[in-house]
Amino acid sequence: MVENRPFLNFLTHLVLILGVLMVVFPVYLAFIASTHGPTDFMSGIVPLLPGDRFSANYGYLLGTGESTAGAPPFLLMLANSLVMAIMIAVGKIAISIISAFAIVYFRFPLRVPAFWLIFMTLMLPVEVRILPTYKVVADLGMLNSYSGLVIPVIASATATFLFRQFFLTVPEEMMEAARVDGAGPLKFFRDILLPLSRTNIAALFIIMFIYGWNQYLWPMLITTEPHYYTVVMGIKRLASVLDGDNQWNLVMAGVILAGLPPVLVIIFMQRLFVKGLVETEK
Amino acid sequence: MFKKLSMAAVAVALSATSSLAATEVTWWHAMGGELGKKLEEIAQKFNDSQSDYKVVPVFKGTYPETLTAAIAAFRAGQQPAIVQVFEVGTGTMMAAKGAVYPVYKLMADNKEPWDPKGFLAPVVGYYSDAQGNILSMPFNSSTPIMYYNKDVFQKAGLDPEVAPKTWAELATMGKKIVDSGAAACGFTLSYAATWVGLENYSAIQNLPYGTLQNGFGGLKTEFKFNGKEQAAFWDNLKKQQDAKVFKYGGPGGGAETAPMFYAQQCAIYMGSSASRAGVINNAKGFKVGFAPMPYDDTVTKDPKNSIIGGATLWTLNGQKNPDVYKGVAKFFTYLSKPEVQADWHQFTGYLPITNAAYELGQKQGYYEKTPGSDIAIKQITRGTPTDNSRGLRFGNLTQIRDLIDQQFETVLSGKKTGQQALDDAAKAGNAILREFEASNSN
Amino acid sequence: MQTKRTVFHSRILPYFLLAPQLIITLIFFVWPAAQAIWQSFLRQDPFGLKVTFVWFANYTRLLDDPDYLNALGATFVFSVGVTVLSMGLSLMFAVAVNRLLRSGRFYTTLLVWPYAVAPAAAGLLWWFMFNPSVGIIPYLLSFLGYEWNHRLHTGDAIVLIIIAAAWKQISYNFLFFVAGLQSVPQSLTEAAAIDGAGPFKRFWTVVFPLLSPTTFFLAVINITYAMFDTFGIVDATTSGGPSQSTNILVYKVYADGFIGLNLGPSAAQSVILMLIVVVLTVVQFRWIERKVQY
Repeated sequence: MVENRPFLNFLTHLVLILGVLMVVFPVYLAFIASTHGPTDFMSGIVPLLPGDRFSANYGYLLGTGESTAGAPPFLLMLANSLVMAIMIAVGKIAISIISAFAIVYFRFPLRVPAFWLIFMTLMLPVEVRILPTYKVVADLGMLNSYSGLVIPVIASATATFLFRQFFLTVPEEMMEAARVDGAGPLKFFRDILLPLSRTNIAALFIIMFIYGWNQYLWPMLITTEPHYYTVVMGIKRLASVLDGDNQWNLVMAGVILAGLPPVLVIIFMQRLFVKGLVETEK
Repeated sequence: MFKKLSMAAVAVALSATSSLAATEVTWWHAMGGELGKKLEEIAQKFNDSQSDYKVVPVFKGTYPETLTAAIAAFRAGQQPAIVQVFEVGTGTMMAAKGAVYPVYKLMADNKEPWDPKGFLAPVVGYYSDAQGNILSMPFNSSTPIMYYNKDVFQKAGLDPEVAPKTWAELATMGKKIVDSGAAACGFTLSYAATWVGLENYSAIQNLPYGTLQNGFGGLKTEFKFNGKEQAAFWDNLKKQQDAKVFKYGGPGGGAETAPMFYAQQCAIYMGSSASRAGVINNAKGFKVGFAPMPYDDTVTKDPKNSIIGGATLWTLNGQKNPDVYKGVAKFFTYLSKPEVQADWHQFTGYLPITNAAYELGQKQGYYEKTPGSDIAIKQITRGTPTDNSRGLRFGNLTQIRDLIDQQFETVLSGKKTGQQALDDAAKAGNAILREFEASNSN
Repeated sequence: MQTKRTVFHSRILPYFLLAPQLIITLIFFVWPAAQAIWQSFLRQDPFGLKVTFVWFANYTRLLDDPDYLNALGATFVFSVGVTVLSMGLSLMFAVAVNRLLRSGRFYTTLLVWPYAVAPAAAGLLWWFMFNPSVGIIPYLLSFLGYEWNHRLHTGDAIVLIIIAAAWKQISYNFLFFVAGLQSVPQSLTEAAAIDGAGPFKRFWTVVFPLLSPTTFFLAVINITYAMFDTFGIVDATTSGGPSQSTNILVYKVYADGFIGLNLGPSAAQSVILMLIVVVLTVVQFRWIERKVQY
């Protein structure tokens, strides 16, 4: 912090506290719902204090849960989600950071078309190309496999674009210095660019992990065997009740439980958010 | 990965001696929660009852997601043997002649017993072709009924045992409820502009919804729901809304309608008969009454049967192993057994699909024990179905329902009269029907 | 398109670096997308049993449809609303967190976590909160004398979907703004402080320009988010109503194509949607990126 101003400090905390209240309130509501009975949310104004069904609801979900309805036990779903989310996040970051490196630090024919080609993947809703994509995956024999779950969603325009933006801000002198030292492109990438990108990698990892974690439609479409079930599919199955009698409490308990592993990821990744990092390395 | 490989190896080994192994019959469905558990139980019991076939149910998301998954799989040659399709997808499935294996043919080809007369006529009528052949296996069907809050009726000085029989009575009672302060609103409708408020309104009042017997006669059908009776009905709903007697709860199924009833804001709720268990569970602190849908005595003195909703099981063509279809046929036979049907019907609140299952329930005394459970059955079986009350058969019905919802909202906000809105809906709906006709005939 | 002033020289290496991303993009995106575009010129039943080539019939019908033009307007209001609201709030939070040392992390965790709520559940939560009969917000508003009803009032419905969609994106924007702020050298702000610039002036003259690559990135991402990724929220809260006021383009594609299975017309809709966003993005890269300081 540059200097200490009591009023500004007060304002900072005020803004953040209001922000947290605003952002967290819906999640708080989900938690409250998860501690009530199934019907408490429907008969009168939504309660704002926890109910007495906390252990009953969470116990049910972690215990018997849906195992009687063809879905696997909660822990297996958790493991599947974890594997899928980590593979997606790592894969996206790995292939995107090297493509951004190529686009920013090299000049070669087809550089601009390649960037736009990658960028366009942001721009056609999944729902529209889902039938043809399914066909491709089926033709490649990737239905019902982890590779089918992960590889088709691993290209990332977002990550490539972010790394491009970041690399462009890295001072020119760094590369010139590296070249004077006789460092080749790969060495420069590994020793200089990668450490500098730490904060952005951490931020992206959080976002991409959560993206992978919350995948629902794609896994549901291409797997038919219960041992590929993910947590979000499990919740969806719980929530997908026809003609009325929804068990909101269990659905929300599932939402909260499914949200916990991402919290660990956030806390862990935040360690890479070291303030003043750029200065110390320069 | 290894697991997958080893399973493949096992599969190869087994196929060499396939006479020993059970043939797998995949069944994609959209039933989560408790219904899903019951469905798994049915499959399990079938599997236990014999050793040649194994039905494998797979949950594939919501109804639209399940249908899309099945279509994607069909286009890639990976389709399941059985898929559960909701009633608005019926037009799509029926038009896809090369993709489906009609159930009447399936049963005949595999020499399984099949008696169309054994089914409740209004249920199978919805899923039959113009010649009366049943194309898909009815599974979960329901029809709208009226739920009312007996406590509020009492508070408003009404007899809690007497539900309104006509829309006119409903208006009077609703006004009394609101004026007395017993509740903030008289009634709310799920599917206010579609299944309940327009499709069933037309059927019960014996008014045509479309030409060519509501579309049963062919793809050239045109909408007729913009009659003066329906227009007057919509205007009436707008009038009731202005008087605070009617409250709208959103398009489609009306996500806000049931909560308004549960929170005792609205005294009456009209929705699916299959919601009965949910309504009872959610109605905390008040007694629920059940009644048939009201009829419009300015239009008819003789209300017809109501029409159904829900889903049926379609068999898809193109299974490589013909034995699979034998398994499907056997499973459908099992599914139609009175015990199986009665159990499913009584557990879920869906209609029994066979007369035998209904009679079994009567013998068991189920309907005396559970008041309100036979209202739906009586309502769909009253009188003889006419061309207007047999059901609906329109392509792209999902989209058409969306646009009718939108037109209904313009009436509620006072931008259009009932007649203008229905005329516009019919015009836009006909354009979509022509599109469907064009893409299904060449 | 920008590169570094000095670049590495290698004929083959850049292609190797790009290969994984490009191969996956080509197989799992470009090829299916090309088929989706091809579908927009066809009329077919969902199972693909009867297919007719109809040239531009799907497009001309669409452009004759007054509802479609109405959806264009709604999409514009919605996208601008979501982008401005979520980016504005996130920037404010990020700057605040960046001022703090120890407690910053605590706030960061709390502000980012809601992003983990599954999108399907997020729509549901907003539906609960704004539900006219059991929701907390209509209940509170009723004390102010306002009768909230997004099922009948157009304005309420638009506000609802903007808030719900922006909420989902606040954590995302916040995280990248924080990451961006981390790389602003403290030496610069300190130098400005010594020159006597107050905190607000320092932010606008020193920090904000240095943040412009991140801001540009987020602006592009947020607009594409609002245009493509929001049908779930619309579906759970307003379903496009009342009277189509929240029927944004992507929801129409979703309702007609994914739910309604009307493949030809919905493919045409998504091609138009894609063209709009491509044009928008090219414009942003051409003109706005010039103002970005790298």
